[in-house]
Amino acid sequence: MTSMSLTPAAGAPSVAPRWRRTAAIGASRVAIELKELVRSPTALMFTVLFPLILLLIFGSVFNGDVAPGVTFTEYFAAGMIASGAFYSGFQNLAIAVPLERDSRSLKRLRGTPMPPAAYFVGKVGSVIVVYVVQVALLMGLGSLLADLHPPSSAGQWLTLLWVSLLGLSATSLCGLALSSVLRRSEGAAAIVSPIVVVLQFVSGVFFQYDKLPAWMRDVGSVFPLRWLALGMRSVFLPSRFARYEPGGHGWQHGTIAVVLAAWAIAGFVVAARRFKWFNEERA
Amino acid sequence: MATRAAVEVSGLTKRYGKGWALSGVDLRVDVGECVALLGPNGAGKTTTVEILEGYRPRTSGQVLVLGEDPARAAESWRARIGIVLQDATDQGLLTVGEVVRHFAGYYPAPRRPDEVIDAVGLTEKRRARVVSLSGGQRRRLDVALGIVGRPELLFLDEPTTGFDPEARRLFWDLIARLRRDGTTILLTTHYLDEAERLADRVTVIVSGTVAATGTPASLRAGPAVVSWREPDGTRRVEETTAPTQLVTSLATRFGGEVPELGVQPRTLEDAYLRLLTAAGTAA
Repeated sequence: MTSMSLTPAAGAPSVAPRWRRTAAIGASRVAIELKELVRSPTALMFTVLFPLILLLIFGSVFNGDVAPGVTFTEYFAAGMIASGAFYSGFQNLAIAVPLERDSRSLKRLRGTPMPPAAYFVGKVGSVIVVYVVQVALLMGLGSLLADLHPPSSAGQWLTLLWVSLLGLSATSLCGLALSSVLRRSEGAAAIVSPIVVVLQFVSGVFFQYDKLPAWMRDVGSVFPLRWLALGMRSVFLPSRFARYEPGGHGWQHGTIAVVLAAWAIAGFVVAARRFKWFNEERA
Repeated sequence: MATRAAVEVSGLTKRYGKGWALSGVDLRVDVGECVALLGPNGAGKTTTVEILEGYRPRTSGQVLVLGEDPARAAESWRARIGIVLQDATDQGLLTVGEVVRHFAGYYPAPRRPDEVIDAVGLTEKRRARVVSLSGGQRRRLDVALGIVGRPELLFLDEPTTGFDPEARRLFWDLIARLRRDGTTILLTTHYLDEAERLADRVTVIVSGTVAATGTPASLRAGPAVVSWREPDGTRRVEETTAPTQLVTSLATRFGGEVPELGVQPRTLEDAYLRLLTAAGTAA
């Protein structure tokens, strides 16, 4: 042990405006979140690798066409890119945040001058980075396995951008909402993972959506994954595929935007009201 | 000039459901002072401290910590306090150096991270992942994170639980150095020798209220314990407020040396246990 000096590490106390402090600390949170993620085999497996493995298996096993000139693998790849937002946003946050609450990580943060918003900046920022990497990997694998074309026009890139942003907002905020309702990390995975799997069945990811029974389509239509998947098909499948979507409604960009925004708002309201930095120990 | 109060609490109550965890606590900690909160488990120590730290709302009473109400205090207030958590298991995948550097970034005028790591005796562990630390080393990291922001007021909740004797001694030295830097300290502990060694004043909380408060010496004050062996071999122990008189009469009776004579002040532990017994019978 050596003696401590009184010299501050970094100049005089900063009087940076609040938003700049939040942005700077939020950026350092993004970096630390990503560092923790890449060092966690479990998190890497379930948020990044799992969708790739699924695409590899499904893409290799099923090789029929869903429509003239459109293979199931292409269809599935678009669905897995949509699911990517669920893995990196919803599943990742709904499992990780209760763990952080139980380990007192959140309580410790709350006891520092870290602006609370910086924590959420860190979460959302790291989710965006993970998602971008994931989409790039899925697009790469999709074009190897099948004829998945990266977006070729500015319009398609723009669609990918807004569908991704709305989709990530909806899934991340719903993940934070669920993590606020679940409170305890014990058993969180047992609730969260089945939700993701079941949604993939009823939303046109594992099976072709227009081939599902009507009741299943109705259930799927309530949740955001069905609309995210539709949005991704509108980016990655040929435009002539639009007429195979149920009801002849085509790509329905307006409905996609409305449903995803509604889930984002609902998630935000629940998370804002119920989020806790620590569990009350005392009954 | 009158001493300034770092902590001023009067009539503090806290109700959980139908039960009262605190039923009127008064507490004062002057700037530069070290005060220890003693009390059995469930007496209300942690509830009191968590209200002062801004973690929990109170039911009623006046609370001022560094001149502000913790229930309404801003981030600038949190920059002036340091909290050492009791049972955290977070940040496992990061290294000691990474965690301390990251947390230093939250504060306007932090201590140098390397100095803090040296000060808590983790120099050798700078590059070790937190998950690989022993229980005592992890507690020292908690202390490092509590002091890296150069707090004016440091909260220590049972800081040396799980420390071996050498680690406790090093920790006590560290506290002495923090006090020389002018840090005010509020400490909860189960170890009476720790309270006696570190604290200027001790406040004993029993069943949600203050059972006694004063310097360790004033709490200890009371009869001394005189012990000796009779010629027939029986061991005698007598409590007396006039030990000199008793020893003089014994010396006369034995005509010189008194076999196995011992004269001891009452220990803080005796005084504390007496207080608990008295509070238990009064309740």
